[in-house]
Amino acid sequence: MSKIVEMKGLSKSYMNKIALKDVNLNIEKGKILGLLGPNGSGKTTMIKILMGILTQSSGEVYIDGKKPGTGTKAIVSYLPDRNFLYKWMKVKDAINFFNDFYEDFDMMRAKELLKFMELEENIKVSKLSKGMIEKLHLTLVLSRRAKLYILDEPIAGVDPVAREKILDAIINNYNEDSSMIITTHLVKDLERVFNEVAFLKYGEIVLTGDVEELRVERAMSVDEIYREVFK
Amino acid sequence: MDFDNNIPIYVQIIDYIKGNLVKEEINAGEKLMSVREMSEKLKVNPNTVQRAYQELEREEITFTKRGKGTFVTEDNNMLIRLKRELSKEIINSFISNMKELGFNKEEIVSIISEELKGRDHDE
Repeated sequence: MSKIVEMKGLSKSYMNKIALKDVNLNIEKGKILGLLGPNGSGKTTMIKILMGILTQSSGEVYIDGKKPGTGTKAIVSYLPDRNFLYKWMKVKDAINFFNDFYEDFDMMRAKELLKFMELEENIKVSKLSKGMIEKLHLTLVLSRRAKLYILDEPIAGVDPVAREKILDAIINNYNEDSSMIITTHLVKDLERVFNEVAFLKYGEIVLTGDVEELRVERAMSVDEIYREVFK
Repeated sequence: MDFDNNIPIYVQIIDYIKGNLVKEEINAGEKLMSVREMSEKLKVNPNTVQRAYQELEREEITFTKRGKGTFVTEDNNMLIRLKRELSKEIINSFISNMKELGFNKEEIVSIISEELKGRDHDE
């Protein structure tokens, strides 16, 4: 099977602090990887390297066979863990902004998702609740026909009803030709969505595998494994 | 549907579909929901549903028609086999529960026959 993401001996240090240490991780096409770990474990560093925002100290990383950069940005759809929309924008401005910016943006899909998320096109971004902002972010990110989706904490700080909606949107819009990386510490809510998980602790991958195999091997949920790994 | 995250999800999907067959909510020869539809309905990763479907096919409960989807076998023995399989599971767990309560074989048999007799009168 073809790999969308390939990391070989990936390390990153800031001055004398190690953020990532010898990470070897592949993500195959059509798979959803849960990248799990507490704050400060290196998740965001890894994502920033994948996005070409940071460069690694050593090791190699490839997205669809290419080094992260301008070329890969066109095929990676990224949901940051903070608000990236301007206050003056209305929902429809945000949609148009993305449509202008990304060649793979699918307007039809965006309209469908807006409807599904129950978002009004004429509301100002500044008037939206936290849950609604997150729904809008996800609408924008999932409306791109990307090869790789990176969702950084997609359900953090969102109420259970909106959470449910967001999960539905992820499952309904994911397809066999793309891959997804989802970082979270809310493992329980997301574990059914993952194919594979990687546990990141102090910048190192301490456990990785197929979620169903892990459940069989350990007779535990991924959530319980998480608690055990990070206790 | 409520899943128990401690048990592989695909195993629970298999049990769910087998349950529907036994209750005859899905009948012989009928088409199952597509992997996609099932994953949206159950809110699980499509690969997990795919795995459950493969397993059902391996157990000859279903078969795939190329380009048309997954269908329940027309073989009536399958349903009988499934019912036996499920009843065995129920009985095994019943017996082990009863043993935990300290009942022996003879006692279990007499309790059951008493209970069934009582029901005969009711019906």
